[in-house]
Amino acid sequence: MSEVTAQAPVRRNPSRRSRWWGEVGWKYPVAAIIIFYAAFPLVYVLSASLSSSGTLSSTSALFSDLSFSNYAALSDTSYWTWVWNTLIVGGASALGAVLMGACAAYAFSRFRFKGRRGGLTTLLIVQMFPQTVAFVSVFLLLTALGNVIPALGINSKIALICVYLGGALGANTFLMYGFFNTIPQDIDESAKVDGATHAQIFWRLIMPLVTPILAVVGLLAFISAFGDFILAKIVLVSQDQWTLAVGMYQWVSNQLSANWGLFSAGAVIASIPVLVIFLSLQKYIVGGLTAGSVKG
Amino acid sequence: MANDDAVAVKEPKAPRESHARRWSGLGGGFIAKLLLMALVNALALTIIMSAWNAEAWAILTLSIVLIVGADIIYFAKRTLPLKYLYPGLIFLAIFQLFTLAYTGYVAFTNYGTGHAGSQQQAVEATLIQNERRVDGTPTVPLSIVRDGDTLGFAVTQDGIVSVGTEEDVLEPVSGAVVDTNSRPTEVPGWEVVSQNELFSDQDLQQDVIDLRVPVSDEAEDGSMRTRDGSSGAIYQSSIEWDDEAQTFTDKETGTVYYADQEVGNFVADDGSRLPTGWSVTVGFDNFVRAVTDQNLAGPLLKVTLWTFAFAVLTVLTSFGLGLLFALIYNDDRIRGRKWMRTVFILPYAFPAFMSALLWRGMLNREFGIINDWFFFGADINWLGDPWLAKFAILWVNLWLSYPYWFLVCTGALQALPSETMEASRMDGAGRWRQFRSITLPLLMVSTAPLAISSFAFNFNNFTIIYMLTEGGPPFPGTSGLGSTDILISAIYNISGVSGGSADYGLASALSIIVFIVVGIISAIAFRQTRKLEEI
Repeated sequence: MSEVTAQAPVRRNPSRRSRWWGEVGWKYPVAAIIIFYAAFPLVYVLSASLSSSGTLSSTSALFSDLSFSNYAALSDTSYWTWVWNTLIVGGASALGAVLMGACAAYAFSRFRFKGRRGGLTTLLIVQMFPQTVAFVSVFLLLTALGNVIPALGINSKIALICVYLGGALGANTFLMYGFFNTIPQDIDESAKVDGATHAQIFWRLIMPLVTPILAVVGLLAFISAFGDFILAKIVLVSQDQWTLAVGMYQWVSNQLSANWGLFSAGAVIASIPVLVIFLSLQKYIVGGLTAGSVKG
Repeated sequence: MANDDAVAVKEPKAPRESHARRWSGLGGGFIAKLLLMALVNALALTIIMSAWNAEAWAILTLSIVLIVGADIIYFAKRTLPLKYLYPGLIFLAIFQLFTLAYTGYVAFTNYGTGHAGSQQQAVEATLIQNERRVDGTPTVPLSIVRDGDTLGFAVTQDGIVSVGTEEDVLEPVSGAVVDTNSRPTEVPGWEVVSQNELFSDQDLQQDVIDLRVPVSDEAEDGSMRTRDGSSGAIYQSSIEWDDEAQTFTDKETGTVYYADQEVGNFVADDGSRLPTGWSVTVGFDNFVRAVTDQNLAGPLLKVTLWTFAFAVLTVLTSFGLGLLFALIYNDDRIRGRKWMRTVFILPYAFPAFMSALLWRGMLNREFGIINDWFFFGADINWLGDPWLAKFAILWVNLWLSYPYWFLVCTGALQALPSETMEASRMDGAGRWRQFRSITLPLLMVSTAPLAISSFAFNFNNFTIIYMLTEGGPPFPGTSGLGSTDILISAIYNISGVSGGSADYGLASALSIIVFIVVGIISAIAFRQTRKLEEI
């Protein structure tokens, strides 16, 4: 027996190896090509951010020098203001979207009232029409509102948050409604029998049970506020109000070559948290993708 | 439903008061609600008051309705579902439903530069625009005075100091002190703005130059204006408004301009128009203009075709590449699959707008690494040539969206029933046959709705277009559009929201067309997913 097994590989080796190459082996070099395709722009931006000169022309050689001067230079610009603005706008719209979405989903899932079906259908139809296409009237609306309430006018972060929140109910209610329906009604019923009010049931009972969907909706709202360009560009006019998307666009569109070091350093800093969150939550995001609600 | 009936039956027997209304125990919920509502009411009151001051009647009415609605809903017993829905509904109504409806309205008007307000505003603006300094009137010594936010002029005429503001006509004041040049230096009740402050404050300078202080209650008499902040002169309009006849008469030439409500302009018999008009509804003019205007129709057609091509090609290429990679690497025999997969999806984890900006630098003609590394420093104008720019956009969008399809397809492949695959292999199906007849159809079931929504997303993918090429290179002509503009970026350029000449009417008309396309696409996707059944 041992002789047979010892001989067999020797005899079958050439054909087995070519079969391995034909079926599995070739996938490794192909993977190397894909990895290069996927990663070289990212490696390049990292290298450019570490270059001592801040211009585009000097960044062709990878990692020719390692200097943090671009990162240090960021503090002389409005970069950190933009980061802060982005966090405020993104955080507030995420929080608002979660709260409003959860309340709406709770009402639709737990109460039976006149116009409930109509309301759900309306939401479904409204969410088909992206708010961004109506940016002209968003601009006109905010101009009119700004004459009365400056905080809701052009160039106000609060106004931008309000605009994002306007789109929140349409975008998230359905996702949350489905999840709320999976929490058995018996739980509320028994709490109601024990004398709990609707508010107590909502805050103490339902909210802790739906935390996963709250996290997903909050993350999605944050990402879409973070990545939004057109509304932010229209609403936020002055440099100290810009979000990252508007500010970094301005860097690259004005004198692209001069600001390249700043841009790459800023891009590396801003993308690292996103990359970490994305890669660590990969599993959940893939699940969310099939719900069809992220970029792509 | 059974549960609801049970509650409904129970309710009359033991009439429980709502937690928020009941005053027993701690009452924490009630106090919290009371404080919150007090805050909301105070806020609403501020808004109502400033709307009153700004004479914004629509906003005033709306805020009253909304706050009364809020008070009723949160203090009445029978409005339970609305208590949870109201805040979200308000945002939805104002910032989504209203903007959609308003887009529909503006699309049928000529709202834009030169047609920005009401006829009344157009009359006032025209009068101001045609103001000329009256020949032969003397310049008078003048100082800028201020009371809080109100700016005014103090002028010395014939030794008498008069003060007026934009609202109040010049009236003599007593007790004012003038300097050797007879400029007022002290005016009782007013703070005189120093020249130094005026020179150092740009905004203030602009306000001073814009300030017109009426000389008398008759608009005919003109108004006091200043160019330098130290001397003033009387300006009168060279054009006269007749409110009865609704006409402007040019005092110098005698030309009469009639108010034409069809076009929203003051038009003379010879067809010449005054530059400032007002906004009127123009029917389908904007839609007609989009397809017949010589400067616009050609570029818009190209833009529309490219929008569809861009959206379709992006979905096809990224779906194809993602599926290919998923098929290749959905293989248990490969080592380090998890690690590979993480690197494969890196472009997707990198924020999309930064990817576009990054590629913009890499594709730079002179210094970009694409030319430098892969084309031996050749001078290829990636973003400046119409076809190369289109190719570059598709390429970059492929780079940042194939990982999405790779993830989706990998998930879908792993969910395929292994028995079916096994059975087909037993029946002797080859690998290609198996893919074409079993894998692909099963895969399409779960991915087709995603492909449709991805199409709708890319149809309006403003970010990548604007960040990479800003729609350029421009078409020849005056349309202001470019070879890589898609409809939404074309709308952005036409609307003039970022400055330049604005045409909100035409922009909204184009938005309506986009809405229709996206609506149809969504309706198709909607039928596929049959979400309605969940209700």
